[in-house]
Amino acid sequence: MSKAVRRTSLFEPRRYGELAPASKIAVYGLLALWSTVVLFPLYWVAITSFKLPIDVAYPPKYLPFIDYQPSLHAWRYIFVDLGNDTFRPYMNSVIVAPLSTLLALIIGSMAAYALSRIQYRPSLGSVVTFILLLAGVVLAVALAGIDWRIATLVAFVLFFFLLRALGSRFRRRLGNGDILFWIISQRILPPVVAAIPVYVMFQKLHMLDTHAALIATYATVNLPIVVWLMYDFFVAVPKDLEESAQLDGASRFRIFIGIVLPLAKPGLIATGLLVLILAWNEYLLALFLSTAKAQTIPLLVAAQNATRGPQWWYMSVLIIIMIAPVLVITITLQKYIAKGLLLGAVKG
Amino acid sequence: MKRMLSLWLDRQSDRLFILPSVLMILAFSIFPLLISAYLALSRFQLGIGGYQLHFVGFANFAKLLFGTEQYHFLGVFAPIPWLGWLLLALLAGLLGASLVRYLRGGPAGIAGLIGRAILMTLILALALLLAATLAAGGQLGSLSVTLLYVILGVSAQFVCGLALAMLCSQRIAGRGFFRVVFFLPLMVTPVGIAYMFRMLADMTQGPLAPLWRLFGLGDLSWASQAWSARLVVMVGDSWQWIPFIFIVMLAALEGQSQDQVEAASLDGASYWQIFRGVTWPEIAPVAATVVLIRVIEAFKIIDLPNVLTNGGPGIATESLTLHSFINWRTLDLGGSAAVAYMLLFVSTVFCSSFFNFIMQPLRSARA
Repeated sequence: MSKAVRRTSLFEPRRYGELAPASKIAVYGLLALWSTVVLFPLYWVAITSFKLPIDVAYPPKYLPFIDYQPSLHAWRYIFVDLGNDTFRPYMNSVIVAPLSTLLALIIGSMAAYALSRIQYRPSLGSVVTFILLLAGVVLAVALAGIDWRIATLVAFVLFFFLLRALGSRFRRRLGNGDILFWIISQRILPPVVAAIPVYVMFQKLHMLDTHAALIATYATVNLPIVVWLMYDFFVAVPKDLEESAQLDGASRFRIFIGIVLPLAKPGLIATGLLVLILAWNEYLLALFLSTAKAQTIPLLVAAQNATRGPQWWYMSVLIIIMIAPVLVITITLQKYIAKGLLLGAVKG
Repeated sequence: MKRMLSLWLDRQSDRLFILPSVLMILAFSIFPLLISAYLALSRFQLGIGGYQLHFVGFANFAKLLFGTEQYHFLGVFAPIPWLGWLLLALLAGLLGASLVRYLRGGPAGIAGLIGRAILMTLILALALLLAATLAAGGQLGSLSVTLLYVILGVSAQFVCGLALAMLCSQRIAGRGFFRVVFFLPLMVTPVGIAYMFRMLADMTQGPLAPLWRLFGLGDLSWASQAWSARLVVMVGDSWQWIPFIFIVMLAALEGQSQDQVEAASLDGASYWQIFRGVTWPEIAPVAATVVLIRVIEAFKIIDLPNVLTNGGPGIATESLTLHSFINWRTLDLGGSAAVAYMLLFVSTVFCSSFFNFIMQPLRSARA
């Protein structure tokens, strides 16, 4: 019976829902091809880090132990001879990336939660007043040379009284959707637009080249992503538990920390990973805001070219130690990322 | 006292939840944006014991668009060949047709009309710019190069990412392995990718050197040719970002309901027919979102061109962000802010139009 059903053609599937043998071969071929495209560059970096300068020259050597004798000289140079010059930027990255991620996660998920539960209705008029006063402060400081502390204080007092006086006349109100869109749209803002003023700001505060400066700016840049992804998670979390807790008299903070955050853990992990990767790889803002003390690892790697030309064996070691932690973390938590990204992207 | 504080906190909790985010964005985005606007309108000069800012109006922008920096920002123009004019006319016709359809479709709002007018003017101007700088004898400026990175790069990445996702969504053994492998490049720091591709693309010593020698190209240097340098930048960028599109599209493909697909295949529909009729309409909203995310990020590209080619040869691979950064390094703060503002303008118009005209209709069609 089964023999009669089985077809012999290469181009017909053997069983329903399976691929025909020919297309199966084609699919595996293409997948293998792309795996090579992905893995070969990484492989090449890995073996180059064990090469002596002489092994990098033509003809290329592909296989360690067969084509050439691997050597640890580059690793020794980077870790022992350079020592602190490698570890300092590395430690800076290890401090800055997770802390900024944590900050963005806390602040961002608070905002996302609030936007998914509480109705905000700021009036359009007060927002416009605020922006106009802010522009006024900038102009007053830049043109008239007024001390920025005085200008800010005056502006705040003005804002307060203007709201008292005119507040009831502002009828047009914004909704949660507008606030959400405003926060998310900050991601469109190219960091280079804000980089110079941020540089000047930190210079005035004597905070250039510090961890705090990098953490604050990284967190702000990544905040829109957190709000966007976490908003979808919080919308999906059922509200019954929260409502019963509210009836029991728990405060909003307690509900948020005790009930909502644990429920949204998969989302927090996915979002956190994505933001961590972005913060770890950040280049432009670090270029503006750090010079020596707070220099991060991407800057160290990028600077190699300028200082001693492309010495590929040292470079490869640096690339490996730069990407290793992220690779390890991501491969272990990989299944969360796909889920998290999907939720954000599907619901938009 | 402590009780009062906690009571007060509880009453204010609605505001306290959202306040930190708003303050952060105000302090590090909106406020700098305003200062940047002022910088873009002034000239920065180092003087004795400090610096001075002179208000110069729109001089910085005029310099970029019409003055001495025009070659850098817009590029060098050449006469547009007839084919270019033909394509431009076609584009203008298409835009006109869509405007007519919008006006006929019902009462047109002022905001919608203004938005469309800005978008269409910008699209036509940029198309004209691309036509004039891509023509023989012309030279691309940083604006056209950035547009190329965005348009060519993102399209290529989307096609590859979607194709890979479709391959991986087949019922075959070893899917999990491929999924993890394909995901890897997303983790690699762009700076690292830049050096990696410099190593790989090294035509005299790199792993492909024997191949180049075979074709007699061993002495050629990709970094000294404008188009090969741009190609390497785009390949590096794609290598990193195809995984992102892949992983999201794969999740979308796996999330779609199988009933319709099975019904269609029992009716004898071909794979291509099923994709066009059943699968694509269902995953289109996700595709639009993922393309938007990529476009937003692609406008900001700097690390790859800066490390791979340093913007060279000449300015052939210089993106707008890199252009702005180079101006900053030469202490031309006004020019730097002006370039940054042009980038902000172009990317905002593009991204918000994409959101309004492509994503919203797709999503409301599905809902």
